[in-house]
Amino acid sequence: MEKIPILKMGKFLLVTIQVDLYDRLALTLEEDLIEMVYKTGSRGVLIDISALSIVDSFMGKIIGNIAGMSSIMDAETVVVGMQPAVAITLIELGLPLAGVHTALNVEKGMALLESRISSDPDDNAADGDD
Amino acid sequence: MGTELFEILRKNKEKVLQLWLQAQQTETEFSNNFNTADELRAQSAEFVDLLLSTIDESNIQDFSPPGLESLTDYISSLTISRARQGFSPRETATYIFTLKDALLQVLSEQAGTDPMQLYKASMQLSKFVDNIGILSFETFITGREDVISQQSDEMAELSTPVIRVWNGILAMPIIGTLDSARTQVVMENLLQGIVDTGSSIAILDISGVPAVDSLVAQHLIKTVNATRLMGAECIISGIRPEIAQTVVHLGIDLSQMITKATLESALKFAFNSLQLEVRRIQKDKAN
Repeated sequence: MEKIPILKMGKFLLVTIQVDLYDRLALTLEEDLIEMVYKTGSRGVLIDISALSIVDSFMGKIIGNIAGMSSIMDAETVVVGMQPAVAITLIELGLPLAGVHTALNVEKGMALLESRISSDPDDNAADGDD
Repeated sequence: MGTELFEILRKNKEKVLQLWLQAQQTETEFSNNFNTADELRAQSAEFVDLLLSTIDESNIQDFSPPGLESLTDYISSLTISRARQGFSPRETATYIFTLKDALLQVLSEQAGTDPMQLYKASMQLSKFVDNIGILSFETFITGREDVISQQSDEMAELSTPVIRVWNGILAMPIIGTLDSARTQVVMENLLQGIVDTGSSIAILDISGVPAVDSLVAQHLIKTVNATRLMGAECIISGIRPEIAQTVVHLGIDLSQMITKATLESALKFAFNSLQLEVRRIQKDKAN
């Protein structure tokens, strides 16, 4: 079965969606991603949707779900590279993805995650122990 | 209407033309914007020619079959060229309807004495010319509408420029009322601008928006949210006192958005969040 690869980059997980997501694939991604967050103890999830040109309410919900699940497992979610058409569609669907951080591209998304993690005092303490 | 009647009309083409030109001259509403009477005569002759060669048993009943394309095309182009020459729609309509009088007159003179047949023929002919008149009017209105929609497109395009104020800062001054269609254009242009320049801050200046009601506020909130989804921040600036008053009186919650009174303070805020600083150069120290 088709799967979307989840790459581990340091403390973060990187997901690049290169194909059009159908519902089944999105659900699998959600499951795999949360599993990976748990297994690797990642502090951040970066989802690159720059290649995604079509989005529906279900996709919006899945992205919101991933963010919600990650946050209760103490991982931040950043969605990067959203196309203008996709952004407009989500807004028109009434899905402003309130809990999700966003960034223009992967580079800025990484910087955002980096700054959010480093502003977390507990994590700095943990880093010191290492 | 029998075939022989069409024959009669075709044979008396010259007479129809003559009568038509006479009727045009006597018509008080009628003004000749052509340079010469010859030009008018040539155009009228062409029209009569085409009309009488196209009209037949089948299409006089029904004004839409494929056989009439040459006639309808000619009427459309005639209407357009007359509109360009400065004829009013009334004049063009009169031009066409005087032809009816000419045709009917020829018919009554030449087509025998059976009143029933004459009546039927007149009705059909009259309806046919009426249809030509309607078509001409439709063409005129479609032309006008095209011009209007083209102008409103141009206006929407012109009134929503995206300005790159600084590396990473975009500004978009909005002038005029924000309606749904306009918001769509604003949103698309702004988001495209963000993608093109990789800017992380967008300033939406609404000092040129005459009034903000709940619908406009809704549109603004949408735009701000869409910008946020793209990974950029959107600041609303140019909130005039009247706008602040109406917004609060209407009970619209803008607390989720970053709002500034002037473009200046929005720019300051943007510089701050990009960790930039604008300073006066200390001349003394340079020396």
